[in-house]
Amino acid sequence: MLKERWNDAAGGFHPASAPDFLPLERLREVQLRRLRAVVQRAYDHVDLVRRRMQEKDITPQDIRDLSDIAHLPFTTKADLRDTYPFGLFASPMGEIVRLHASSGTTGKPIVVAYTREDLEVWAEVMTRTFASCGLHRGDIVQNAFGYGLFTGGLGAHYGAEALGATVIPVSGGNTERQLMVMQDFNVTAMCATPSYFLHILDRAADMGIDLRDLPLHTGVFGAEPWSDAMRRRIETEAGIRAYDIYGLSEIIGPGVASECSAQHGLHIFEDHFYPEVIDPDTGETLPDGVEGELVLTTLSKQAMPVLRYRTRDITRIIPETCACGRTTRRFQRVGRRSDDMFIIRGVNVFPSQVEAALLQVEGTLPHYQIILTRDNGLDQMTVEVEVTPEVFSDQVRALEDVRAALAKAIEHILGIRVGLRLVEPRSLARSEGKAKRVIDRRDL
Amino acid sequence: MKLQQISVFLENRSGHLAEPLDLLAREGINILGLSLADTAEFGILRLILRDWGRAESLLREAGWVVKLTEVVPVDVEDHPGGLAAVLRSAGEADLKIEYMYAFSLRRPGRAALIFRFAEPDRAVAHLTRAGFRVLEAEPLLAAVE
Repeated sequence: MLKERWNDAAGGFHPASAPDFLPLERLREVQLRRLRAVVQRAYDHVDLVRRRMQEKDITPQDIRDLSDIAHLPFTTKADLRDTYPFGLFASPMGEIVRLHASSGTTGKPIVVAYTREDLEVWAEVMTRTFASCGLHRGDIVQNAFGYGLFTGGLGAHYGAEALGATVIPVSGGNTERQLMVMQDFNVTAMCATPSYFLHILDRAADMGIDLRDLPLHTGVFGAEPWSDAMRRRIETEAGIRAYDIYGLSEIIGPGVASECSAQHGLHIFEDHFYPEVIDPDTGETLPDGVEGELVLTTLSKQAMPVLRYRTRDITRIIPETCACGRTTRRFQRVGRRSDDMFIIRGVNVFPSQVEAALLQVEGTLPHYQIILTRDNGLDQMTVEVEVTPEVFSDQVRALEDVRAALAKAIEHILGIRVGLRLVEPRSLARSEGKAKRVIDRRDL
Repeated sequence: MKLQQISVFLENRSGHLAEPLDLLAREGINILGLSLADTAEFGILRLILRDWGRAESLLREAGWVVKLTEVVPVDVEDHPGGLAAVLRSAGEADLKIEYMYAFSLRRPGRAALIFRFAEPDRAVAHLTRAGFRVLEAEPLLAAVE
């Protein structure tokens, strides 16, 4: 691995960034070597993978070239759910040093595991993420990603430490304290979901604080989709550069891809995560440049190797080389998904989770609709539920109790606060086929 | 001794109350008594009407969520303290009142109090024993048409 410092106008990259600049031939060699090893590992230790490969009549020895990856079976979110909690682990618990979990469709989370080596890789790709966003030793990073089961907080934390930056593990929430820390600790960079940062901006305006007067110069934003219009607003009002980063727990957490100084597409750390774009309907691999579903294979994961994970994110690989000099491929910022999942305040939500909660309270599934809005920069989720004769009462208190029970059941499953409105029957639009369950008014 | 009250679920939006009332008006159904409970987001319209069976099916067919509830009408003299006496007596017997409202039914000098008790049967028995006049549904409704 190259050890010299890569210099650019901003004053040099951390040595961990070296793989971002590998000659392509060398990068492909690394990828093929790692791909063969990870397929062997999954085949040897993960029953589901071995069974699926046997069904397709292939063995790890059949992977002779990177293009052979197309013969491997896909992994889906359902596979992670069905094998809950530890079914896809390829390491014994004695080698696993960390577990994280993210929300799943049935209320059960999806569990992901890391060996010590995996954590080192994670810290490395997050170091490369921060370096790619122009951060260095000496930067003071306020990390407002949530710490806990969510991968965002700890993922960013160790990456920023490995970079040599100073990390403030403030976690999400408590906006006034965020602003106090930002001002008093001379924070230069902030990690947050973009919607939460907009909320911080609004609160700052209320308190008469102008972020442009502070040393803050960089924002590292991820965990939810956001528009170019939002980026312009953030950059103008906060006086910072706002970068988009990408990751998912199933693959590692944050640290799968990151924008660079060009802010035109996200570079994939493809020496660790091999990208493909497929036709979501046929599963066929599409050439670079064509839009489709992003599929990722972990090339170096030990505890939980994941082959050809269907992210449901719709994007395309940008084939042109990047002005920043990195050789790793970029994909376009993700604006939509191929299923009905949506992301709110960094939490993945499936309408089926909301349905499970409504069923639990009412016994049968009422008509409902999910409305997403952005209020003062903060994403809000409101569930409108049609009142049925079964739950209707002539007493206000009884109806308030129904309302509260429904909200509580949803909040319990999703782990985020939601609004709940009881509405008249027939007031929610019905269509011929699938009912429109999610109305997104966030103006992404 | 008990009266059927129709409750209708309404969203709290301006002009919204008129819709079910228009429907009943078109069908020539007269409303004798009415109360509206509301919160910021929804309301419950409670109606006393003579032809409650027909009103219920009309509203239901038109898509409203409707519920029938037994309420207890108590006859009192229309003077200060009339309601207070009933409330005091109900309190002494530990009768739980979910809500109540009053209307005059065009009978000079008398008022009808409509009570929604948690236990309507016990309430009727107690109030009758205590000397209050619990009205019969039929003559009460007939008196006004």
